[in-house]
Amino acid sequence: MINSGIPLQYFLVLAAIMFFVGVYGFITRKNLITILMSIELILNSVNINFVAFNKYLYPDKLQGHFFTLFVIAVAACEAAVAIAIIINIFRRFNNIDVENVDEMKY
Amino acid sequence: MLSKYIFYFLSSVAIYAALMVLISKKPIHSVLYLTLAFFAIAGHYILLNAQFLAVVHIIVYAGAIMVLFLFTVMLLNLNIEGEFPKKNIIKFAAVIVGGLILITLIGTFRTYDLEIIKNPTLNQIGLVKNLGKVLFKEYLLPFELCSILFLAAMVGAVMLGKKDIQ
Repeated sequence: MINSGIPLQYFLVLAAIMFFVGVYGFITRKNLITILMSIELILNSVNINFVAFNKYLYPDKLQGHFFTLFVIAVAACEAAVAIAIIINIFRRFNNIDVENVDEMKY
Repeated sequence: MLSKYIFYFLSSVAIYAALMVLISKKPIHSVLYLTLAFFAIAGHYILLNAQFLAVVHIIVYAGAIMVLFLFTVMLLNLNIEGEFPKKNIIKFAAVIVGGLILITLIGTFRTYDLEIIKNPTLNQIGLVKNLGKVLFKEYLLPFELCSILFLAAMVGAVMLGKKDIQ
């Protein structure tokens, strides 16, 4: 594709910023669905790192690509199971705030 | 030069969408902004010569996972406003936790000195032909394990989603 002259650091800084946004949302939001979306953001920032390092350090190998592929697969599984759990929580409490689900806290 | 402008554009779209995921009050807006962020990330993959990965990313994330989220949000009728962050101290703690990671990472990148290939020119490496050859030779076991994982996740999701298990 496009033969880019972009330094590696740019991609890493982008990934770091997206990781920060993900962590911030993970801690501050109450809604379970939004928390799950923050996890997806974190996973995606890590994926960008893998692909960028693969291109800039070992452009003739494919390890980073495959790790990203498997991360995507695991993320899909995780989203499916988590949404099933969220639907169960909704049936029980009629909303999905994390603060309602504190039975195992004490 | 052109690729640099594309990079800046895609990055600003990705970061804006990621921020809007957290800022927007309605969950449905968050989901749609997250889809936008995923498209921007797919553009980054194309910039990084990972064409196959970009396509898979769009299919799996924007096609499958986001539809799952959207259906859940619509099914559970979660479109209620007013759900907003907890106390200020938690926000503050989140900024510190995330900000420390951010500062550490960026500080590391600035002073970082690896054997980097400045202008990688191998453009065809991310195409499906090369990936398939390596995937079915060297990564066959992880690939099969992935299918087992998917089966387990599918069974688990159906079991959890059933009305009364007793």
